[in-house]
Amino acid sequence: MLKNLFHDQLQLGVAQATVAGIVALVVVLLSRKRGIHLERELAVALVRGLVQIVAVGSILLLLLRGPNWTSIFLLLVMIVAAGATSARRAKGMPQAFQVSTWAIACGAGSVIAVMTLLGVIDTAITTLVPVGSMVIANAMNSNGLVLNRFRADVLAHVGEIEAALALGADGKSSVAPYVLASFEASLIPAIDSLRSLGIVWIPGLMAGMLLSGARPVYAAVYQFVVLAMIFAGSGLTALVSTLLMRTRVMSPAEQLILQPGDLGRRIIVV
Amino acid sequence: MNVQVDSDQSPAILRAENLGRTVGEKILVAGASFAVHNGETLAIVGPSGSGKSSLLRLLNRLDEPTSGTVYLNAIDYRQIAPGELRRRVGMVTQRAYLFPGTISENLRFGPRQRGEELDDRRIEELLTGVGLAGFGSRDVANLSGGEAQRVSFARTLANSPEVFLLDEPTSALDDESKHGVEALVTQIGREQSIPCVLVTHDVAQAARLAHRVIILESGRIMRSGTAEEVFRA
Repeated sequence: MLKNLFHDQLQLGVAQATVAGIVALVVVLLSRKRGIHLERELAVALVRGLVQIVAVGSILLLLLRGPNWTSIFLLLVMIVAAGATSARRAKGMPQAFQVSTWAIACGAGSVIAVMTLLGVIDTAITTLVPVGSMVIANAMNSNGLVLNRFRADVLAHVGEIEAALALGADGKSSVAPYVLASFEASLIPAIDSLRSLGIVWIPGLMAGMLLSGARPVYAAVYQFVVLAMIFAGSGLTALVSTLLMRTRVMSPAEQLILQPGDLGRRIIVV
Repeated sequence: MNVQVDSDQSPAILRAENLGRTVGEKILVAGASFAVHNGETLAIVGPSGSGKSSLLRLLNRLDEPTSGTVYLNAIDYRQIAPGELRRRVGMVTQRAYLFPGTISENLRFGPRQRGEELDDRRIEELLTGVGLAGFGSRDVANLSGGEAQRVSFARTLANSPEVFLLDEPTSALDDESKHGVEALVTQIGREQSIPCVLVTHDVAQAARLAHRVIILESGRIMRSGTAEEVFRA
């Protein structure tokens, strides 16, 4: 219906956004009836989301017309942003931002680089950036998961870790069981995505390729390729992240730095 | 007030010199100087939060001193690799914190860190020493608090420590287990002549087990001497 009214794509977009916004407002009205007041929060979120995504769209418009090396720059910015985002999941851990950024750069970065060199990912900016961002975003998630789990495990087992240290174990082997457990846990989403591919979900990339007229079998195979890269990137990121973090939770004199409460202050609370 | 705590016996196995630790603004331990000699048990007594455990954790360098140092057989312990230091200065904590698996595996853990493998005979010997003969193949998940604490003692003894640190080893136990563990401390100190540093809030226990006593308040040594001298004051 809207397509008949608006022939210009930009006008059509604004009209579509308005309709989608109205649907969201209906939810607010329904919530209001039940005594839940979301108006202010939702209004701000809607406007903010729209402004952000339009801004990003405009920047992409400029960048996608740029030379091919622009994609390297874009991916690097994404890696740093991903590092900052997932470091928030590791509150209180030493050098979380540094560890996260390095881990994502090594894990996701190396997979993207190798796949691009081998020709699995096209060097065109319109392919490299979206596919690369998928690998980076998933690496970010698994990095957040691995650090979050590792932190929780270490804090829950301070007694066992210090018992091992007190028996002469080095820092690395004292935390080894928790490195392993958090690494395994961080891979669950990537493994489940691969396992349920096509049965539980048809991912966005494949849907997009189908919409843009690609042959269904190629779209399907390429989706698998992307998920395999996501798995490799996430796994490598989680591995690098735990290897970097396990040495950082210990001091040079093999003392557990990461302690419950404010670092090292728990003794005061006793 | 800093009180020198020493006695004129044999040379000290462990000597703390002006030992202190401050975290942020908070002084956990300050200016602690004392020595532990062969075959003696030194008790550190004080109320909750007085810094007893903090002080003990400085003795095997589980925490880093912010002032002073500790000498193990006259060698500054910062010159000894942490793993080697902690093998020589063994520690038993309030809770046993056993590793999942069997009792034997727990006993093998320490020696394994330096590539040594305990044989079954030695394990049985250690278990007999703590009153758990024949328990080697049991899973640690099925032990009572007292039994777990005994395993923790045996696990530390498996490392053949030169000094034994005990952090409230009986405070999580019932009376019966407590007496058993106290007998074990006496046996380690008197019969095996391993010097012990015992942290306890229980004055009577300090009087029962220790040759000398240090009273700690707000991280500082307030009094020291034989149990009789200190508790009479």
